[in-house]
Formats: sequence, structure tokens, C-alpha cells
Amino acid sequence: MNIASHYSYWATIFLTVGGLYIVIARGNLVKKLIGLAIFQTSVYLLYIAPGKLIGGTAPIVAEQFQVYSNPLPHVLILTAIVVGVATLALGLALVVRIREAYGSIEEDEILAQDRDAA
Amino acid sequence: MISSHLPILQVVVPLIAAPLMVLLRHGALAWLLAVGISWTALAIALALLAEVAGGGLISYALGNWPPPWGIEYRVDSVNAYLAVIVSMVAAVVVVYMRRSVEAEVPRERHYLFYTMYALCLAGLLGISMTGDAFNLFVFLEISSLSTYVLIALGRDRRALMAGYQYLIMGTIGATFFVIGVGLLYLETGTLNLADMAARLPRVTDVRPVLAALAFITVGISLKLALFPLHLWLPNAYAYAPSAVTAFIAATATKVMVYVLLRFYYSVFGESAVFSALPMGGILLALSLAAIFIASVVAIFQDNVKRMFAYSSVAQIGYITLGVSFDSATGLTAGIVHLFNHALTKGGLFLLLGGIALRLGAVRFDAIGGIGRAMPLTSFGIVLGGLSLIGVPATVGFVSKWYLVLAALERGEGWIAFAVVASSLLAVAYVWRFVEVAYFREPAGKIAELKEAPASMLVPAWLMIAGCVYFGLDTALTLGGAGDAAKVLLRGTW
Repeated sequence: MNIASHYSYWATIFLTVGGLYIVIARGNLVKKLIGLAIFQTSVYLLYIAPGKLIGGTAPIVAEQFQVYSNPLPHVLILTAIVVGVATLALGLALVVRIREAYGSIEEDEILAQDRDAA
Repeated sequence: MISSHLPILQVVVPLIAAPLMVLLRHGALAWLLAVGISWTALAIALALLAEVAGGGLISYALGNWPPPWGIEYRVDSVNAYLAVIVSMVAAVVVVYMRRSVEAEVPRERHYLFYTMYALCLAGLLGISMTGDAFNLFVFLEISSLSTYVLIALGRDRRALMAGYQYLIMGTIGATFFVIGVGLLYLETGTLNLADMAARLPRVTDVRPVLAALAFITVGISLKLALFPLHLWLPNAYAYAPSAVTAFIAATATKVMVYVLLRFYYSVFGESAVFSALPMGGILLALSLAAIFIASVVAIFQDNVKRMFAYSSVAQIGYITLGVSFDSATGLTAGIVHLFNHALTKGGLFLLLGGIALRLGAVRFDAIGGIGRAMPLTSFGIVLGGLSLIGVPATVGFVSKWYLVLAALERGEGWIAFAVVASSLLAVAYVWRFVEVAYFREPAGKIAELKEAPASMLVPAWLMIAGCVYFGLDTALTLGGAGDAAKVLLRGTW
């Protein structure tokens, strides 16, 4: 198995790990969500890349086409994108409310405020 | 004619109710609709359970597209049992919601609250009905997203942070799950779970399958709050509105346990998970850690709701402990504890909601002497606590009895001893409530408190009474759990 021919997987893994790292390492609530979005996006690539066949066309039955790419992963990922958008939108809405309630979107400052209140 | 469409109606009825509630824009009407869909769901779940009793199987092809090409809903005694748990809790909690939500959620958001509740119910029931891996992911996200909103609606501003943290952890869990499903899809070319199970043994490239198993295990464990992935749970339960805490504590984690069981037994197969890999040992270690560490942490909480939240982490440990035995008795214990814990914790959180309604908070230092002011509520909490401890004649005892039996069956007496010893920790935290509620003089405000209103007390006591009733008459619950365990161990779905 040669590494160069699997470059889409390397890109996927890079995005997965990078996104997850941002979620863990950053204390800013918006940056965390950006990391989360990158992490979710990597999964789109994981699904879509293997569905493509080199030289394959869209699945249209016609005489001149013999090789078809699998359309199902695209459809699945369309759904996953909707889910991702909903998650990001809800996350950002929560951050707006958190900022209204705490006056900050830095995790350590918010947790410190909670500790002081308790 | 309609009876053949029950599996899809189970999901579609609450799903359609949700946009209707938004259109109604009226809190009381939305609540009526919520009551309607919850009771309908319970009726459908019971009908399905009766239909599959004794090892039956219902396969429903969505839109008449035959499986494995179309989405299939596949119901056997395991799903049906789970759907009964979810819809039963929903049917009881929804009655309670009216007064509790009125007190805790601003009036203009009531209809949106019930919309989120309907979506959450649709998602949870969808997970329990579907036989398609990707469909399961979509329902998982529907229920999760609505749960984040419901939690963030809590009165305390910390509810917002709890909702946000759960969103981050929950999304990571769900994405791990979908990575696992993706790897399985790449290896088998199918998303239908039954079809996938049939094709997996022919897969020669084993490493991606193992990776898929790992991703699905970690992802679902995050969602079911298996120790040490439980960090989102205590704050989420503690700061969510009372009715929400009761609903999700009794249903969401249980549904996730089902997903784990389904993937272990019906997709990967028992031998691939438990014989070829040390999954049993890993689950056993994590479960015992959950039981002991979370119980000890629970003892030192100063918020009663948070204490019972940590107790939930421990109780989930008992469920996964039963699963880790990988035997008929162990599985029965785990599955029956799904039901038993849903009843106990549901009832406890509902009763605590009554105190929150009258007092505004449920901190130990604020409820001294509440046993005299709210005798029914306090006594109910004590009974629920006894069930957590596992005192005979409560459901908690039934679960622990079977866990001990399963441990002894394997000749591992030390696990049986650990289960019994861990009950002492539960005694410690339940005793804290008894001490504060009954042996302290009611201070100023407490003495004038009234009992919670009947619309809240009755549903809560229904659950607590269920704890005692199903602790004495175990035919229904144990029978269902035994059936489910048999079906799971049979392997084929």
C-alpha cells in the first residue's frame, strides 16, 4: 500500500486530529466551535473520497458509460452537513447567551466567575 | 391496516407534532399536544412489545423500499422493551411538565420548550426503532440537539455552560460514532445493520473493522456517560429545568446503552467483541470505577440534584457491569436495570423538582427540616433512595440480585462482594438527605412551605410506587429483560 495514493486519507486524519486538538486546547468558546466544525468536516471527506472512482461518472444509465461513482456517500454527507450546520448554529447561539450572562466567552473566566459565585 | 405501520408512527407522530407546536405558538395547546403524542407513543410501544413477545420480529420497509436498499425499521424484544421505557417515562413526565415548566421557563418560550421536548422524544424513539446505521446517527443528533436546548433553558446561568459543554462532548461522541459507521460502510458497502452483520464475517480486512468498533465504543460511551467520559453529565442534570432532568436522566443514557448493545451483539457479534477482544475486561474495570468513584463523589456534593446526578453515573456503571459479564444473567441484569433505574431516577428527579418549585433551589443547606413541611415529597425521595441502595422490595434490589448472581455464575465472588459493598456508599449519600430532611429543625421559610401541587406529586409518586411494585412483582420487567437478553445472545437480528 503506498502512501501517496492514499493522500485523501492523510488529509482526513490531519483535519480530524487538528480539529479535535483545537476543541481541547483552546479556551475561547467560539474557537472551540470552529475546531468542532473542522473535526466534523473531516468526516465528510472520509465518506466522500472513497465513493469516487477515477474515470467514473455520475450514475446515469447510458451506453457510453461503464464505470460509475457511488452516489450514496454524497447523499449521506448532505445529511451530515445539515446536522453539522445545525450543531454549529446552536453552539454559536449558546455562546451569544453565555456572553450575555457572563460578559465573556473565555472558558477560564466563566468558570472562575462560577467559582466565585458558589 | 394502521397496525402494520406502528414502527414508523412511533417516530412520525412526535416528529410532526413538533412543527405543529411552533405554528400554534401557544404554551397550553402545545402541552396538550405533547400529552397526546407521549400517550400515543406509550400505546404504540406497548402494542409493539406485545407483538414481538416471545422472539417475534417486525421488519418495516420505509416508503416500501425493500431493505437493504431502503431504510428498514426493525423491531424485536430489545427495541420494543426500550421504546416502552422511553415512552412510559415520557407519558408520566409530560403530565408533570405543565406546572414545573410554568415555574421555571419564561412564558413566551413555553411552546418552544414543548417543541424541543417533542423533537427529543422523536429522536429517542427513532433510535430505538431504526435498523439503519446512518438513520440512527440522524436520530441521535435530533435527540441530542434538542436536549442541548432543553438543558440550556434552565433558570441558572450555569445551565448555559452546561448545555454548551454537553454540545461539545455530545458532538464529539456522535462524530466518533459516525466515523465508526463510515468505516463499517467502507468495508461492507451497506448501512442496514442486519445486512452489515451478515456481511461482516466475510470481510478479510480486519483492521478497519476493529477501528470502527473502537470509534463506536468511545463515541457511544461518551453519550451514555460511561466513566471517565461522564464529565458533561453532572452539570447538565444539575442545572437543567427539573422536568428535563427527570426526562433525560431516565431515557437518554438508556437509549445509548441500547445502541451499544445492538452494535456489540447484533452487528459485530458477541465473539468478535468479547472473545477476540478484552472488551469485557475493559467494561468491567470502567464500570467498577464508575460505581465506586462516582458514588464517593456523590457523597460530597452540596446540591441534592448534583448528588443524584453523580449517583446516575454510578448507576450507569451497574448497567455496563451487567453487560461486561457477557452472559444471559448479566445481560438480563443490565437490561432490567435500564428499566429500574429509569423509574427510580425519574421519580427522584421529579420529586426534587417539587422542592425546586416551592423553594427555588435544592441545596442541602437550604432544605433543613423539609421532611416536616413536605412530608410526601421527602418520603418519596427516601423510598427512591432505598431503591438506589438496593433494599429488598424495591426495583434496585432486583437489579443488584441479578448482578450478584451473574458474578457468582462466573465464579468471581469479589465482583459480587464489590456490588454489595458499593451499596454502602449509596447508603451514605441517601442518608445525608434523610439527616438533613428529618433531623434538622425547619428554619424560617421551610416551615411555611406547602406540598408540591398534585399535578406534580402524582406523576412523581407513580414512578416511586412503580419502584416498589416492580420490586415485588418482577414478572413483567424481568420477563421482558430476559427475552431481550435471549434475543441479543442469539446474535442474528
